[in-house]
Amino acid sequence: MQTAGSAVNGTGKPLWLLAELTYRCPLQCLYCSNPVDFARYREELSTTDWLRVLQEGRALGAAQLGLSGGEPLLRKDLEVLVAEARRLGYYSNLITSGIGMDEARLAALKEAGLDHVQISFQASTEELNDYIGGAKTFQRKLAMARLIKQYDYPMVLNVVLHRQNIDAVQHILDMAEELEADYVELANTQYYGWALHNRAQLLPTRAQVERAEAIAHAYQERLKGRRRILYVVPDYYENRPKPCLAGWGAVFLAIAPDGTALPCHAARQLPGLTFPNVCQASLGWIWYESPAFNAFRGEAWMREPCRSCPERQKDFGGCRCQAYLLTGDAANTDPVCDLSPLHHVVLQAVADAQESQPTGPLPMFRNVKNSKGLTV
Amino acid sequence: MSEPEALQPDDVLAIGRYFRLQWEEAQQAYVLLYPEGMVELSDTAAAILTRCSGNASLAQIIADLQQQFPEDDIAADVREFLEEAYANGWVSRKRDG
Repeated sequence: MQTAGSAVNGTGKPLWLLAELTYRCPLQCLYCSNPVDFARYREELSTTDWLRVLQEGRALGAAQLGLSGGEPLLRKDLEVLVAEARRLGYYSNLITSGIGMDEARLAALKEAGLDHVQISFQASTEELNDYIGGAKTFQRKLAMARLIKQYDYPMVLNVVLHRQNIDAVQHILDMAEELEADYVELANTQYYGWALHNRAQLLPTRAQVERAEAIAHAYQERLKGRRRILYVVPDYYENRPKPCLAGWGAVFLAIAPDGTALPCHAARQLPGLTFPNVCQASLGWIWYESPAFNAFRGEAWMREPCRSCPERQKDFGGCRCQAYLLTGDAANTDPVCDLSPLHHVVLQAVADAQESQPTGPLPMFRNVKNSKGLTV
Repeated sequence: MSEPEALQPDDVLAIGRYFRLQWEEAQQAYVLLYPEGMVELSDTAAAILTRCSGNASLAQIIADLQQQFPEDDIAADVREFLEEAYANGWVSRKRDG
């Protein structure tokens, strides 16, 4: 009876299927996880294509389904996809800004069998929320969060943390409590794509990080049991890399709006890899056979210091996308690791962040115009 | 961590409202699904949780399991597991509504 169960990892099946239904979004968040060149990819899979993806994914063992974007509510067939997900036995997670939602839609999604809603807030005050998201959304989000609970969904309230809102962690947690969120996800910004471009505006100081962590942990202690706080650490302030998605092609499979299959939603930018498309290949071939999904599986691709590192099975060398973005080569050790010969690039960014004013380029909001401007 | 709250023998137990207990063919195991997460259950955990159907009390669940596994004295282990499961929100008591 000792082992209640085990956290699921590395069983070799794509247990987590992320369906990025669209790159369209009414928000313009400075840290958006969509590619900076999202404007190039305007094609979207049809309803029929998505239904097939859901069926194939479930047959491969996927159990968790993320419905994300962009803003997934912009897809008019969302209810159809949710109903099929329920029929297939997925646990479905709607990852939304709350914009595009109304009571009728929430009721229809409930009817279709949606299991859970994750709603994002950009901050806990209207002014900052609307600035960071580049759109007037705060009051609407509050109303939608209340409606989500009224319809008895489990609700995750997600706030991406950065230099401009991290000092308000207490206020954010109070807001989450007032809104009766079941889970609060305080996710420090991960620096890819838009967030990397805006890093100087976003990377907090060490003092900010330490203070926020202390508050979050005190809250965790006080609310343990019924309300959970997931605190995603800012990896630039760590000395070992995160075990990114439990390893490349290990449990996570993302499908971009145009059907491109990715082992990580930030992987699209990696050079030298051709990511397969669900319109041209089966999900089974993509997951098990495609060169892209095998490129960084296991340990054969590793170089020193990872190759002989006793911790390589713990963190898998960190994140391939971060290694590429910060060192120019995706097969390098994630430079967050202080054993990386290129760790100084992270130290430099952290040193720059200790200045009282951001020292980098002006904020670049995530929108079509800026996307086209950033596309070479 | 504080001690998990004690369950009473006549507490009727069900799977927590925000959790789903499901057999996964691909994993050949029962799993508990919840927002953005999943726990693969051991055989013993599954044997206990599949009995938390909203129709049986803690005492009945223990008696039922004891009948199935007569060679061991399992009462204390089952109770301990369920108290932890209750603290995790995996199971709920009917009297909590």
